[in-house]
Amino acid sequence: MSEKVLMKGNEALAEGAIRAGCRFFAGYPITPQNEVPEYMSWRQEEVGGAFVQAESEIAAVNMLYGAAATGTRSMTSSSSPGISLKQEGISYLAGADMPCLIANIMRGGPGLGNIAGAQGDYIQATRGGGNGDYRLIVLAPFSVHELANFPKKAFELAEKYRMPAMILADGILGQMMEGMSFDFDPVEPAALKPACWSIGGARAEGKKRNMVYSYALGEGELEKMVLKRADKYALIERDEVIYEERFTEDAEILVVAYGISARASIEAINIARKKGIKVGLLRPITLWPFPTKRIKELSSKVKCILCPEMSLGQMIVDVKLAVDGKVPVYLHARPGAFFPVAEDIAVAIESALTGKKEQLFDLESLADKATLGCHQPENKPSKEGALL
Amino acid sequence: MPKIEVDEMRCKGCKLCTKACPKQCIEMSDTFSKTGYYPAKLAKQDCCIGCAMCYTVCPDLAITVYK
Amino acid sequence: MNPITHKPKSLVDISTHYCPGCGHSVVHRLIGEVIDELGIQNRTVIVAPVGCAVFADKYFDCDSIQGPHGRGPAIATGIKRAKPDSIVFSYQGDGDLASIGMAEIIHAAARGEKITVIFINNAIYGMTGGQMAPTTLVGQPATTCPKGRNPDLQGYPINVSEMLSQLKSPKYIERVSVDSAPNVIKAKKAIKKAFQNQVDNVGFSFVEVLSICPTNWGVEPIKALDFLREKMMPQYPLGVFKDEGKTQEGK
Repeated sequence: MSEKVLMKGNEALAEGAIRAGCRFFAGYPITPQNEVPEYMSWRQEEVGGAFVQAESEIAAVNMLYGAAATGTRSMTSSSSPGISLKQEGISYLAGADMPCLIANIMRGGPGLGNIAGAQGDYIQATRGGGNGDYRLIVLAPFSVHELANFPKKAFELAEKYRMPAMILADGILGQMMEGMSFDFDPVEPAALKPACWSIGGARAEGKKRNMVYSYALGEGELEKMVLKRADKYALIERDEVIYEERFTEDAEILVVAYGISARASIEAINIARKKGIKVGLLRPITLWPFPTKRIKELSSKVKCILCPEMSLGQMIVDVKLAVDGKVPVYLHARPGAFFPVAEDIAVAIESALTGKKEQLFDLESLADKATLGCHQPENKPSKEGALL
Repeated sequence: MPKIEVDEMRCKGCKLCTKACPKQCIEMSDTFSKTGYYPAKLAKQDCCIGCAMCYTVCPDLAITVYK
Repeated sequence: MNPITHKPKSLVDISTHYCPGCGHSVVHRLIGEVIDELGIQNRTVIVAPVGCAVFADKYFDCDSIQGPHGRGPAIATGIKRAKPDSIVFSYQGDGDLASIGMAEIIHAAARGEKITVIFINNAIYGMTGGQMAPTTLVGQPATTCPKGRNPDLQGYPINVSEMLSQLKSPKYIERVSVDSAPNVIKAKKAIKKAFQNQVDNVGFSFVEVLSICPTNWGVEPIKALDFLREKMMPQYPLGVFKDEGKTQEGK
C-alpha cells in the first residue's frame, strides 16, 4: 500500500514492475515509452536488479528470454514498431512457456506512423503476433493507477500459467500524469517460490538439467505440445477474464471500450445519460482472455453495441464474435492516433440508437471514396517545420 | 601393447582417424555397421602406440584407447 | 590394460545427428572436457543456436536454452545479468553469428558481457543445405552462388575475430582449427581459457573454430581437411587476436 502521489504513466509502470519484484529489464529507446527504460536504468541498480540498454528491440526481447529463463521476474517495454520487432522473441517465449512481462505503449501506425497514443496493435497482441499458435495474457489499463498496479497481476498470471503477459497501454496513458497509489506491498524476489523449470543452477540441487526450448521435431510431438498449451489457454479463458461494468443494469445500448478509449467513453456516457439515453459500459481489462461470455449475455438485453476504438476496428472483431449477429455492432473509429472525443462518442451513441450515420464508421460508403493509382501521400512539413 | 576399440554404433566412417594415426594402423572395415557406415578398425595388431591422436580427431567419440 | 580416453561426463552419452566428419562434434567434446576439468557443470548454461548445432542443447548435460537465429549473445546476456554466478556460453555457427546475429555479437562484445562465445566457422550454411555464408570464400561455390562467391556481387568474406578485436571491451579472442590432432589440442586450450576467463570474471571471451563441412562442401571428410588448410587458413589465419586476462585488469 502507498500514499496517493502524482506520477507519470510510464514511470508508474516501471515502479509498479519494480515493486512487483521485477529484477531484470532490457529495452531500447522508442517514443512514447522512453521513461520506462530511463526509470529502470537507475531504479534496477538501487534494488540490485539488472538493466540493459539493448542494441535493438530484437536483442532486448532475447535478453528478456534469457533472463526470464533463470526464473527472474523480467520485463521489456516498447512501443508499436518496436513491439513488431520483438515478435520473434515473443513467439519463442510463448513456445518455451516462459513467464515474463512485455509492455506495449502503443503509438500510431502502420510503419513509422506517429508518436501519439493509438490502439492499432490489439489484434497483434491478442492473437499472438509472432509465428505459430499461441496467446499472450493481455492486460489493458485505463489509468496511471492501473498502469502501476497491473505489473504485479501480470507477473502472477504469467507465472501461474507459464506464459508471457503483456500490458497493452497507449502513448496517452504513458505520458499523462495523474494521482495514483500502489495497492500492494513491495514484493521481495527472494520470498518468491523458485521456479522448478529455471536454468542456471538446476543441476546444483542434485536434480537433472533444465532445458528451455520451443522446438519439437519428432513426429506428432509439436502437435502434442501445442494442444497441451491449448488446454491451458482454455483454462485461462474460463477463469481469468477481468472486466468492469458501469450502468449496464438498465442499458439499451452498450459501449464496449478498453484503455484510454474507455476513459473518453465514460465521459460520453455521462453526456448521453444527461439526455436520458440509457447507455452502459463494458470495459474489458483482460483483452485476452476476452469477456466474450459477459458480452454475449449483455447482447440479449441491449438494442445495439458501440465500440469506440483508436483503430480501424480491431477489438470490435471480438465483440462481434461474442454477439454472434444478435444485435448490430457499430464502430466509432479514430485510427490516426487521435484521442477520441467524448462529445463525438456521445453523438455516435445517439446515431447507433437512431439509425443515423454521424460519428459512426460507415463501411458501405468507404469503397466509393477509395483512390487508386499513382497519387502521392501528403508529406508536407507541419507548421512547426518538423515531420513526426 | 596399446590398442583402440571402435564403437561401431557411433562410428560414422569419416576416416579422419586413418589420417591422424601416425603409424597408419587404422583402416576402414569392408562390412557395413548396423548404422549403415563402414566403420574404422585397428587393422594391424602390435602397431598401435596408444598416442590417442585418433581419439583426438574423432568427431563421434567412437574410439577408446587402451594402454 | 586400462582405457586412457574417457567420454566427458558433461556430455550426454548419445550419438549426435552431425554428418560424418563434422567439426561440431569435435568441438562439443572439447567443451565437454573443459566443463569437466573446470568443475562447472552444475552452473553452466549452453545457449544453442539455429543451424546445425540447434540440438547442441541435447548433447550437453547442463542447463540449456535454445533461441532464435543469431540472438545467442543477447540471450546469454540476459542469463548472465540475471544470474551472474552461472557460466554461460553461446555456441554459434557462421550464418547464425556472422550474418543474422551480427548486431548481437558485436554489441555483446562491445558491452564486455562476461560470457563465452564459441563460433564455428565452416564457411557455409549447413542446416539449410549449403547456401552462401558471410564467411564463404571468394570463388567457393554454394547453392546460392553456384559459380562461386563473386566479390562484385556478394562482396568479400567477413573475418569476425579480426573485426571484434577492434573493440576495446573483449578480453580474449582467438581463432583455432580442428583439422588435425595438434590443432585440436590447441583448440581445447583456447576453449579452456575462454571458460576459465568467465570463471575468473575476466570478461568477454571469444573462440572462432575453423571447421569442415564435408556434406555441403561436397567432398569427403579427409579431402575437406585439405580445403580447410589450403583455402580457409589463408583467409582466416589462426592465432590470438586479443588476450587481456585478469593480469591486465586495472592497468
